[in-house]
Amino acid sequence: MNRLHILSPGMLTTVQDLGRFGWAHQGVSASGAADPLALRAGNLLVGNAENAAALEMTLVGAELVFDRNAVIALTGSEMGAGVPFWQPIEVRGGETLHCGATQAGARAYLAVRGGIAARKTMGSASVHVMTGVGGRPLRKGDVLEIGEGAVRRPRGPAGFPQRWQPRSILRATPGPQAEWFADGLFGAPYTVTEESNRMGLRLRGRAIPSPAGQMITEGVALGAVQVPPDGQPIVLFVEHQTTGGYPKPANVISADFWKLGQLRPRDPVEFESVTIEQALGLLREQEEWLYSL
Amino acid sequence: MRYTADKMTVRAASDRSLLVSFGENISTEAQRSVARLTHALQGVRGILNLHPAFVSVLVEFDPRLRQHSEIEALVHDRVETAAEHEDAPARLIEIPVRYDGPDIKDVAEHANLTVTQMVELHSSAEYEVAFVGFSTCFPYLSGLPAALATPRLKAPRKHVPAGSIAIGGAQAGVYPLASPGGWRLIGHTELRLFDPAGEPPGLLRMGDRVRFLPVAEERH
Repeated sequence: MNRLHILSPGMLTTVQDLGRFGWAHQGVSASGAADPLALRAGNLLVGNAENAAALEMTLVGAELVFDRNAVIALTGSEMGAGVPFWQPIEVRGGETLHCGATQAGARAYLAVRGGIAARKTMGSASVHVMTGVGGRPLRKGDVLEIGEGAVRRPRGPAGFPQRWQPRSILRATPGPQAEWFADGLFGAPYTVTEESNRMGLRLRGRAIPSPAGQMITEGVALGAVQVPPDGQPIVLFVEHQTTGGYPKPANVISADFWKLGQLRPRDPVEFESVTIEQALGLLREQEEWLYSL
Repeated sequence: MRYTADKMTVRAASDRSLLVSFGENISTEAQRSVARLTHALQGVRGILNLHPAFVSVLVEFDPRLRQHSEIEALVHDRVETAAEHEDAPARLIEIPVRYDGPDIKDVAEHANLTVTQMVELHSSAEYEVAFVGFSTCFPYLSGLPAALATPRLKAPRKHVPAGSIAIGGAQAGVYPLASPGGWRLIGHTELRLFDPAGEPPGLLRMGDRVRFLPVAEERH
């Protein structure tokens, strides 16, 4: 069995698949890849099932080495790795792969043919960083076993469709309390703050008058835009709380979840209003691209 | 007692979820409807997650497999046909507590009670798990004696230890894992509320009755 050795974990490197679903009624959010599009594409490129476990690297990538030759694909935000992204490549056993700092976005994914054979907790290999469910971030000296779960031959190179850029435009449908809010969220410039993490992206910009305190705590969805009393929106992210008491004027669409995973502190963002029908059309387009890989 | 479809509101919360609400006020009836619907939607293909709360359930589904209209129709059908659970008596879970939390004096003072009276009041009440949510296996407990309702801290603590017994406004709760938190801490338990290898991983579930049992102070 091939193994992967972590020589340096970079800033924050974790094992992720598409998430731990079916536990929200126990207060456990799904976690999973912050940029699920990049994870799925990486797995498809190396011939894995799209949900195979892979590495998620944040801002500064890892240094790692395989015991034996391996076929990998790097996807997401390019890093100074000296290797091409969005295509399967062969790395030799014993050859160190240095992933540098991300060039434009926040996260890169390393999918390996066969998948990472990580132990599953409650049905998923995803690490929930904030609670420790599913494990912890990787450290120097960690060794991961590579699985044998490839399902087809590696694919040819795939460029990431540039028409889906820029990541600064977050399209959103109305949230459950949309009627409590006059205009204000859409079209105004916001900035991602340093306090952002896998639980949520905290934004700073025009304060939105929020009728907080009049609400009964209710379930919250991935991508929900909630507005606490200070009026500065928070976009709930993969490790979000399962319920919350702040009103939500909008919800980022499924087709733009990948952007949330690529936004970095100080990045500008702006919300654009779309209907649910438009959102589902955009999601279909993305799924068709994945099927074409 | 049953909420029929016309007393229920269903609206889209996102392009992959619906929020089903049973009225605007916290009530035993609404709580029963939430529990019944959550139970009746377990394991439905295409439903990814159910988020029950005091008076509502957020239903998250895979938008590639299901449309909002289909899930809405399913919710109406399940509300009409869900089995009553009255025959299965609620479980009683006893939680041993050492009443030594950092906010115990503030809570007693707020209630105009001595610490001993406060402990007596808190441990003589019977609670019910309204729902489990917010963070991993966190139980929202209804049944806190009104005198013990205490506002949350103005600034949340960065670190609340696992097993902390807490009061947040009119609700009681227990922190299963160490986390930040703004509730008042009155004690702690050694009982594990979350075990990722357990089946199920959470000790408490919606509808369980809960009592707190004071355990003696440790002698130093």
